[in-house]
Amino acid sequence: MTLLETDDLTVRFGEKTVLDGIGFTLAAGERLGLIGASGSGKSLTALAILGLLPEEAQVRGSIRLDGVELLGRGDRELSRLRGNRMAMVFQEPLSALNPLMRVGNQIGGPLRLHRGLSRKKALAEAISLAEQVGLPDPENLVRAYPHQLSGGQRQRVGIAMAVASRPALLLADEPTTALDVTVQAEILGLLDDLVTEQGTALLFVTHDLAVLAQVVRRVLVMGEGRVLESGSLETILRKPAHPYTRNLLELARAASFHRAPEAAR
Amino acid sequence: MRRAARRWRTLRTVASAVVRRPTGAFGVAVAAVLVLAAVVSVWWTPFDPQATDVRAAWLLPFQRGHLLGTDRVGHDQFSQLLAGSRETLFAATGSASIAAVLGIALGVTAVLSPRPVGAVVVQAIDLVIAFPGLLLAMVLAAVYGGSLATVVAAVGISAGVGVARVSRAEIARILSQDYVLAARAAGASTGRIVRKHLLPNIAPTLIVQLSLVMALAVLAEATLTYLGYGSSPSTPSWGGLLHTQQDYIRVRPLLVIWPGLAVALTVLGFNLLGDALRDATDPRLRSGVRS
Amino acid sequence: MTLTETGTATTLLEATGLHRSFHLPRRALLRPPPIRHAVRAVSLSLTEGTRLGIVGESGSGKSTLLRLLLALDRPDSGTVRYRGRPVTGRELTWFRREVQVVLQDPLNSLDPRSIVRDSIAEPLECLRIPGDHDARVAELLIAVGLEPDAAQRYPHEFSGGQRQRIAIARALAPRPRVLVADEPFSALDATVRGQIIEVVRDLVSRFGLSLILVSHDIGVVQQLCDELLVLKDGAVVEQGPTESVLTTPQHPYTRALLDAVPALPPVGGR
Repeated sequence: MTLLETDDLTVRFGEKTVLDGIGFTLAAGERLGLIGASGSGKSLTALAILGLLPEEAQVRGSIRLDGVELLGRGDRELSRLRGNRMAMVFQEPLSALNPLMRVGNQIGGPLRLHRGLSRKKALAEAISLAEQVGLPDPENLVRAYPHQLSGGQRQRVGIAMAVASRPALLLADEPTTALDVTVQAEILGLLDDLVTEQGTALLFVTHDLAVLAQVVRRVLVMGEGRVLESGSLETILRKPAHPYTRNLLELARAASFHRAPEAAR
Repeated sequence: MRRAARRWRTLRTVASAVVRRPTGAFGVAVAAVLVLAAVVSVWWTPFDPQATDVRAAWLLPFQRGHLLGTDRVGHDQFSQLLAGSRETLFAATGSASIAAVLGIALGVTAVLSPRPVGAVVVQAIDLVIAFPGLLLAMVLAAVYGGSLATVVAAVGISAGVGVARVSRAEIARILSQDYVLAARAAGASTGRIVRKHLLPNIAPTLIVQLSLVMALAVLAEATLTYLGYGSSPSTPSWGGLLHTQQDYIRVRPLLVIWPGLAVALTVLGFNLLGDALRDATDPRLRSGVRS
Repeated sequence: MTLTETGTATTLLEATGLHRSFHLPRRALLRPPPIRHAVRAVSLSLTEGTRLGIVGESGSGKSTLLRLLLALDRPDSGTVRYRGRPVTGRELTWFRREVQVVLQDPLNSLDPRSIVRDSIAEPLECLRIPGDHDARVAELLIAVGLEPDAAQRYPHEFSGGQRQRIAIARALAPRPRVLVADEPFSALDATVRGQIIEVVRDLVSRFGLSLILVSHDIGVVQQLCDELLVLKDGAVVEQGPTESVLTTPQHPYTRALLDAVPALPPVGGR
């Protein structure tokens, strides 16, 4: 069943076309990776789906969630969908969290808004979510402020907020780029588990092919606002069709850490 | 020299970026008129600003060649305004200079000194800020006698402490930037870092603050003179004009309007000039400078 | 141990028993402020021609260690020596001529209000290096693969990769013997990263530089460094030739670190 479908999605800022005819579909529970260099339009695609593009952006084409057109909807309707049917995990958890709000309220706030839970119920739910995303000592941790947490813990809070209302679609924009490798591995594992468990569809945006390979099986390669190539991860890795993809792959191979002793030199 | 040529070119790009926008052009025009008026009035005014002529009292504008008319003792108002602009200009530039030097010096000391000294400076800044500038001016006037110098000193000092207070966080932010670290690794001394990296980067915030200080100084000069703490009544000044003419506001409101308008226009001009300068000095904001 | 392997090569930069701790903000009025030990008993030596990688995650103390090695911060105890001479005191011109740095994010490490020429010439002026500075700047710009007319422009007019080239040119300006680089590739895009890695590799070998490369990216260190030092919580947990540390890690932390690195699935035919 198709959950998300974009068709000829085109975004322009004045004269400049930043997204050009993006079209793809995402089935319920499916995972799709968006990869490209900065400026390729991968993050803008995610923002466009969420309806979070800057006001001056001119958007054409179509974005349908559950068969319902999102483009041209009022902000009020979109914000009801955001955090309910779809949610986002951001790159820099510290700036995505309100520094003046306790962690428990950040996780529980949307629940009160979308599901009308009482303050007490929302906090209980926040604690159980904190536990689910592997935060230590959840009862006390929900009373902490974002700056008192480590980077990895903050990203876990960000994920807890995103999955709180069990969205059908989770968008993750470089969710591990700001993190250390050991923490990155944990967060990727957590995302993997949660998405499987809840049957959430995942749109994973990254510039890092090696990271992408840990999470998704289907990939969309983007460059200069266009979809250059799409296919299964295996195909992309084995037989990249577009020269840009080949270059990306070559660089990733060159830059990645070679484990096998014979590959070390 | 190549360096001088480069400086000149930067100056020209900044200037053209200021004048390109209407607000900036207006600010420049106001400042230019003020400077011109102050300079010209040293050698020439249509009438002797101090000359009293009872037969020429209460003249309306354009009567008998008096552009803005005369007051009850026959002072030519236009000449008085011209001569008064010297006081205004001196008050503005003097106060702003004192405020800039004092503010940066205090701010840098607060940030760069080892812990106890820096903390003491910060506390001292907070303490002095609590002391009203107007009161400082009155104290100075009481001790040294009221004059333009005391006005400038009072405004400069109290504004300088304010500048230090506002700039301290910005100074700390700039000094913790990687380019300062890189400069230290390149062997730059503290003095060089302040000159080459701190000052250019704090310029945008400083310029805006100083334009406010200049505006404030124009007002303060007028206010303090009006209150009788400024220049001696015999020296023509805009504040002095307001002070003397207010008694006749019902008889001849124009007499108060001229100096009032002059003060208001100057204050507005300085503020707009400050905004334009802030944007123009940032190479990232002024477009089309690729040489 | 690394000394014996390289035999007669001279030791350039040497640190012994470096300690550095910071006071954290007070938690309570009457209790002493808590202390964070950023660097604990770190010793290392860099022999001429060696490329040493320092690997560690955030909070491992690698940035603090780097500042100590560059004499931009003073250790609580321990010493840094260059060619046997202690690197202390106010007058460090001799040291800065020999040891230069490239920082992580070129957008922050170049003064936005200085034209490129002034940034690159800064070490030349500060370290009172004689000669025609403008000519040297042009020469450096060419060496890092930029046009000489870049000198008159501002950093914001360049791309991230170009900016990092400018930062590298600045570091090379006084003809140093040692280049210290703090995560020089991590702020760059994958496509650009490869190019800048090549620039560094090329310049290091062309000018016979010794390199200290701080990085969290094992892949980069593997490509560029022949010796490796693994830092955790301010202390060295493992040290040795890159190859042996990466293939047969001894310390459990090193093993965990290596295991966590995401890898592309192997594809047949390679």
